[in-house]
Amino acid sequence: MMSQKEMKKYHEKTIAELSTMLQAGEVTSVELTQYFLNRIKAHDGRLNSFITVTEELALAAAKDADAAIKNGTAGPLTGVPIAHKDIFCTQGVRTSCGSKMLDNFISPYDATVVTKMKQAGVVMLGKTNMDEFAMGSSNETSFYGAVKNPWNTDTVPGGSSGGSAAAVAARLAPAATGTDTGGSIRQPASMCGITGIKPTYGRVSRYGMIAFASSLDQAGPMGQSAHDCALLLNAMAGFDEKDSTCLDMEVPDYTAELDKPLKGLRIGLPKEYFGEGLNVDVEKVIRAALDEYKKLGAELVDIELPNSGLSVPVYYVVAPAECSANLSRFDGVRYGYRCENPVDLMDLYTRSRGEGFGAEVKRRIMVGTYALSSGYYDAYYLKSQQLRHKISDDFKNAFEKVDVIMGPTAPDTAFNIGEKSDDPISMYLSDIYTIAVNLAGLPGMSVPAGFVNGKPVGLQIAGNYFKESQLLNVAHQYQLHTDWHRAIPEAFV
Amino acid sequence: MSYDTSKWEVVIGLEIHCQLATRSKIFSGASTAYGAEPNTQACAVDLALPGVLPVFNKEALRLAVKFGLAVEAEIGMRSVFDRKNYFYPDSPKAYQITQMDHPIVGKGHMDIELENGETKRIGITRAHLEEDAGKSMHGSYHGMTGIDLNRAGTPLIEIVSEPDMRSAKEAVAYMKKIHSLVRYIEISDGNMQEGSFRCDANVSVRPHGQKEFGTRAELKNINSFRFVEKAINIEIERQIDVIEDGGKVIQETRLYDADKNETRSMRSKEEANDYRYFPDPDLLPVVIDEAYIEQIRKELPELPEQKKQRYMAEYELSAYDAAVITTSRELAAYFETVAKECGDAKLSANWVTGELAARLNKEELEITESKVDAEAFAGLLKRIKDNTISGKIAKDVFEAMWQGEGSADQVIESKGLKQITDSSAIEAMVDEVIANNPAQFAELKGGKDKMMGFFVGQIMKASGGKANPGQVNQLMQKKLKD
Amino acid sequence: MSLDADAVKKIAYLARLKIDEADVPVYANNLSNIIDLVEQMNAVNTDGVVPMSHPLDAVQRLRDDVVTEINQREIFQAIAPKTEDGLYLVPQVIE
Repeated sequence: MMSQKEMKKYHEKTIAELSTMLQAGEVTSVELTQYFLNRIKAHDGRLNSFITVTEELALAAAKDADAAIKNGTAGPLTGVPIAHKDIFCTQGVRTSCGSKMLDNFISPYDATVVTKMKQAGVVMLGKTNMDEFAMGSSNETSFYGAVKNPWNTDTVPGGSSGGSAAAVAARLAPAATGTDTGGSIRQPASMCGITGIKPTYGRVSRYGMIAFASSLDQAGPMGQSAHDCALLLNAMAGFDEKDSTCLDMEVPDYTAELDKPLKGLRIGLPKEYFGEGLNVDVEKVIRAALDEYKKLGAELVDIELPNSGLSVPVYYVVAPAECSANLSRFDGVRYGYRCENPVDLMDLYTRSRGEGFGAEVKRRIMVGTYALSSGYYDAYYLKSQQLRHKISDDFKNAFEKVDVIMGPTAPDTAFNIGEKSDDPISMYLSDIYTIAVNLAGLPGMSVPAGFVNGKPVGLQIAGNYFKESQLLNVAHQYQLHTDWHRAIPEAFV
Repeated sequence: MSYDTSKWEVVIGLEIHCQLATRSKIFSGASTAYGAEPNTQACAVDLALPGVLPVFNKEALRLAVKFGLAVEAEIGMRSVFDRKNYFYPDSPKAYQITQMDHPIVGKGHMDIELENGETKRIGITRAHLEEDAGKSMHGSYHGMTGIDLNRAGTPLIEIVSEPDMRSAKEAVAYMKKIHSLVRYIEISDGNMQEGSFRCDANVSVRPHGQKEFGTRAELKNINSFRFVEKAINIEIERQIDVIEDGGKVIQETRLYDADKNETRSMRSKEEANDYRYFPDPDLLPVVIDEAYIEQIRKELPELPEQKKQRYMAEYELSAYDAAVITTSRELAAYFETVAKECGDAKLSANWVTGELAARLNKEELEITESKVDAEAFAGLLKRIKDNTISGKIAKDVFEAMWQGEGSADQVIESKGLKQITDSSAIEAMVDEVIANNPAQFAELKGGKDKMMGFFVGQIMKASGGKANPGQVNQLMQKKLKD
Repeated sequence: MSLDADAVKKIAYLARLKIDEADVPVYANNLSNIIDLVEQMNAVNTDGVVPMSHPLDAVQRLRDDVVTEINQREIFQAIAPKTEDGLYLVPQVIE
């Protein structure tokens, strides 16, 4: 006979709720961890959201967490199981970055984010699938195969943190980590109907997070609610002496401002985010969400981000240029994939890299190599850096008039698997609303705001530098009055 | 030199790579100590593991700025690190972190002394911070190359000169001057065997009177003063041969082969060089202020040139002696101790640059390895000054001291080398020599002054070199008047 | 601007990527399209605009010159494709 406990549907609980239950002794971390491991076993065959499941390590960590709870040394996240995107180095565990290149790479060290999570008592369930080296918007470029969207398994979950988004949406993990270079947290969060935040550049250490584009990459949490994201960000954020670009700034308690009323909040609506290319049904969902904010006392202000239309072209210089150098270290010499029987050094390099990287990664490395090559630097790289300045200035001007900026996270809902995989450009355009935020280094969120034909739509909220608390507050207030974020895809209830 | 210097002018610029004397690497906390087992000092950052990041070493910055101040250069108040992209197994990231457009040290200069005694100013274009690569070990691994990354990430400054040198000798003089300076100001151990100090030379030739430079070849990685001179000269000859045979010098990188005394093309490094420099997004601009620079300026020791001027003014040394003594801080310190102890700077300078320098040179020793320390050396000079021994005897005493036979006084005592200053004893010898050489004495008396030398020589000989030559002279004068 | 097969091969060589001959036209087409997208940048005049290579106007933090790393060669070389006597092995390098 099933006990009361086993009948409980822990996967319907947010982290905030699970935390309370753990502290109250209503459930142990081992039980919770086993529960989610079982869900992964039962359901991930349909999603392919995990690359590696670390069952033994998870149960051992859960045991330690239970001991800490008993000892009274536990924090709010102690014993909570989550998944890490496979871009974070995890000591003793394969860290593939979704690539054949690192299929055999057992990391000898932990990323700072992983260390911080461990210190907070968080239990790692496994490593989630992703676009290869985070280059993609659909999770189809993974060496481990495409991830399916739990809301409709014919469609993509978005990318590059598609595995994390799908796992959380299907409640195979209560939350997960992600990274966002041009929208890789927000766009899949939008397509999978979950909540995700990309903090201000420099808020979270990049050490041990395999670099795609160093000046854009930023890690953040992906969860069921703004409240959960706040709890997770409390553990993730903070200074790290190992990352020169990590900010030496005090980290506030991100849950502290959640309950602030929104009366008087000025919401900027960039006209560029509501123009051509936006699916009309998606726009309706977003407009409805904005109405909700009006009801909560916010004021809607029309603004302009005149250069944002160039954010995609700028991004496709900056990111490939940086990645072309960042990915040069994968050369088959010290770790990772090495081709069979190289005849000489050139063969070792070109075949190891040619065979180890997938097509999209190779494309971007080549674009970046071209943009930096002699004779083209000024026309491409330098130009992109100048435009980056202008795009950034647009936001500066906007934030003199408004507190936050809102719009759709993506121009459309999840598309079908295979639909855009032969057309890089149309794939790139699915990040059209998210990229500018990365170029400026600002914090941004995606919050579930409704559905179109059963597919989730995300509302993007961008804020000024270091205003994560405000973003989380704005999202949380909305979630107190809506329940889009509590919806679970039928097949995974 | 076997080329026609009246016809050809040589143009040389040097790029000197100098290892900065830090404990840890420029961007990681791994040790820079020399000689460790392969790859035991290559940490995650040095190995370029996925996800690792660089953090800049404070001391590397300080040492680079110190160099800049010592060559009176502009200091980059905002310097930027760039990535220089190239694939090579000793370069784990496949890019080198270096500085391109905004180096830490801008325009400066270094004066060298030419053989004709003139001084020539060599322009320093810039000096930038960068990381060193690892080492490739060839052969012995089943035909494969072994890679040791201990050296990867070692902090360097690359000191780039203007193309101001006109002969291999000038290039060597400049390199030696820089070498001496970096050790002087203690930013590098300058150890050339260990690769802490090495240079690339850009060499071209042109007929005298031609305005444009000729096409240059870059000679890579020369790690001794001797090789610099040989490599440049052999390259000059090669280029002149090429041109005189109606050919064209091509711009390329060449390697000097010391065994064969030839330079050869490194085509492997040349293929489609496109380094694709861009600012390293993992590192932020390095910003310093005037206060920081002033602090470092205060830490600067007296520089060779300043010391040289002081020695000329304070000790009345010749420009040559002053220059020689100030080539190394240790030598200068040795000299100053000797001068202070013995109270005669000129005598000290003569002996330090003469007998002592010759001896060190012969045994290829540094001043710090001298078998006679400064105090002991001063002890020797004191005995010259107080007439205990003559300069000639002093050379023998020095030799004995070098052989470890004790202090100057001990040697003088045990060998009975003390100068005879007792006038009656000397007079007896004078009388004896006169008595034995009556004819010569008559000639001397008759006005043949040359004979004085003969008598002094004979008397000194009779005394076994121990008579005071001044006293001997005086006594002879007296005998002539008698 | 469109990239031809030779340009693609040259870039692939610089990036040390082996591209199958049959795939070259596909890459040429894709890369040309991306370059076309990128060239939309030319629509905006940027004369005199200071390039922004970093999102934050921060300066480099300096690390104390302290040796913090210990020898982990065994751990690091456990994941290496080919080593001997503590060295990473690669096909012979010809200088």
